[in-house]
Amino acid sequence: MVNGSNAFKMTSKELKLKSVEYRKKILKYILQAKAGHTGGSLSATDILNVLYNDVLNVSPENFASPDRDRYVQSKGHCVEALFVVLADQGFFPEEELNTLCKYQSHYIGHPTRKVKGVEQNTGALGHGLPICVGTAIAAKLDNKAYRVFTLMGDGELPEGSNWEAALSAAHYKLDNLCAIIDKNSLQITAATSDVMNTDPLDEKWKAFGWAVKEVNGNDIEELRTAFNSLPFEKGKPSVIIAHTTKGKGVSFMENELKWHHGVPSKEQYEQAMEELDAERINLERLSN
Amino acid sequence: MPQLSDIVVQNEKETRGGFGEGIYEAGKRNPKVVALTADLAGSLKLGPFIKDFPERFVQVGIAEANMMGIAAGLTIGGYIPYTTTFANFSTGRVYDQIRQSIAYSHKNVKICASHAGLTLGEDGATHQILEDIGLMKMLPGMTVIVPCDFNQTKAATMAIADYEGPVYLRFGRPKWPNFTAEDGSDFVIGKAQLLAEGTDVSIFACGHLVWKAIEAARTLQAEGIAAEVINIHTIKPLDSEAIIASISKTGCAVTAEEHNVLGGLGDSVAQVAARNKPVPIEFVGTNDTFGESGKPADLLKKYGLDAPNIVAAAKKAIARK
Repeated sequence: MVNGSNAFKMTSKELKLKSVEYRKKILKYILQAKAGHTGGSLSATDILNVLYNDVLNVSPENFASPDRDRYVQSKGHCVEALFVVLADQGFFPEEELNTLCKYQSHYIGHPTRKVKGVEQNTGALGHGLPICVGTAIAAKLDNKAYRVFTLMGDGELPEGSNWEAALSAAHYKLDNLCAIIDKNSLQITAATSDVMNTDPLDEKWKAFGWAVKEVNGNDIEELRTAFNSLPFEKGKPSVIIAHTTKGKGVSFMENELKWHHGVPSKEQYEQAMEELDAERINLERLSN
Repeated sequence: MPQLSDIVVQNEKETRGGFGEGIYEAGKRNPKVVALTADLAGSLKLGPFIKDFPERFVQVGIAEANMMGIAAGLTIGGYIPYTTTFANFSTGRVYDQIRQSIAYSHKNVKICASHAGLTLGEDGATHQILEDIGLMKMLPGMTVIVPCDFNQTKAATMAIADYEGPVYLRFGRPKWPNFTAEDGSDFVIGKAQLLAEGTDVSIFACGHLVWKAIEAARTLQAEGIAAEVINIHTIKPLDSEAIIASISKTGCAVTAEEHNVLGGLGDSVAQVAARNKPVPIEFVGTNDTFGESGKPADLLKKYGLDAPNIVAAAKKAIARK
């Protein structure tokens, strides 16, 4: 449970319905923009959902507060998922996403601080974790209780800066830091294990001094349980290896390389909506 | 108006020593100043800072990319991080980290780079970066400061704590004539420093070569040529007004820097001149080359960065008027 005895802000059923809604919107805006990182946005949807609706102490009201939690999206290319979730949180009107990737829009293809709710400009890979180490050190210096989160892709892990940052996070005992790896096992060229194998990931992070949990990153309950047991170990940074499915939620997109940044046709979009609506109807039948 | 005869050398000190004293003072005045280093605390004279403010010192080990990222992240917490390592590892090695994590978000990070240029000496080409001013001045929103001596480096180090936005502060290793105001009162970010008034040629210099420009101006004076010597310690934002005013008077110029002539101070001055007051300009700097091992004085001579080279360039510029 959040903060010991407090109830979750939303029920699991409500969160699952949110994920369906988010996935529908991600696809809607990618279709409109004729651009986007479809597969990775869909794999990360449940992680962002649980973070913003259940974990982060971040809202439009407290975004200027020095005590807010900090979230930095290292896998910046999956910005569509972030923008949809931020709109739902009330950071900006959702209609503004109609300008996604258009000339003169702030809603560009990677996170920018011109968009309310975005903590840090990202896009070049291997940047999120070092930044979060710095912010976690700042929290410790200030004796503040806020926590620092970053979402990384498994494809960006060969960037050496990540491992420099991993060393320093353990060295400075940053148990206020949590990295989430969206391990969807595919990247632009091929399977991550074929492009540059990083397995076994758990052993690498453990060897670097981190406390590790592995979850199904498309399972709301598993994500909640993991996030709500942070820090996994006092005095150590935490990493959640979230095993996900790239393109999650749409049958013909799942585990298909071409959906890394594939844009659906009108027909494919309609089929995707049918599938997601069917999932929604199934969920609505369930009890809380 | 300032004259060459007004310039008095107080002593010879390392500019990096000025940095060490400056960051100590900045840290004492402002509890948000944090020092980071990639294993070069001694080389950058951080000892007093670490002794008195140990909690505000972050050792990142030999991992410069991570240092830049950590610095960017510290600003989210309201701190003013000063990163410290050699100029080469402060810039070229971590350009993407500076571009993406610092400059693009206009983070209040102070990138403090010692051992810049040829005068690093014996370590040779791998450590003698001659391209860093260019790399940094090209980044949108980046301020680039190259102070000329110990006192000015100390003043600049303190001034940047109160100056919002990313800064590249470049200084060096060897003992060098120290002649600017001891209290730093003659240093203002973005304001060119007129050191000696003249009417025949303008010499614009930065860093160690400001002293070489003064030596050159004295030689020229003995030959009846009145050179105006201007210290362009802030290469960006550039004091265009001062440059235009000077070349409007003298009608020609020389630039002098411990840097490649491609991409450094000379380019910036030439652009101002081309846009506002086209005049003949000669460029003293390294000519598209790497450095090598040697004593600073020998290297400056070999690569054409010595006072006689500035004298020759001045005469050439005057002849082209």
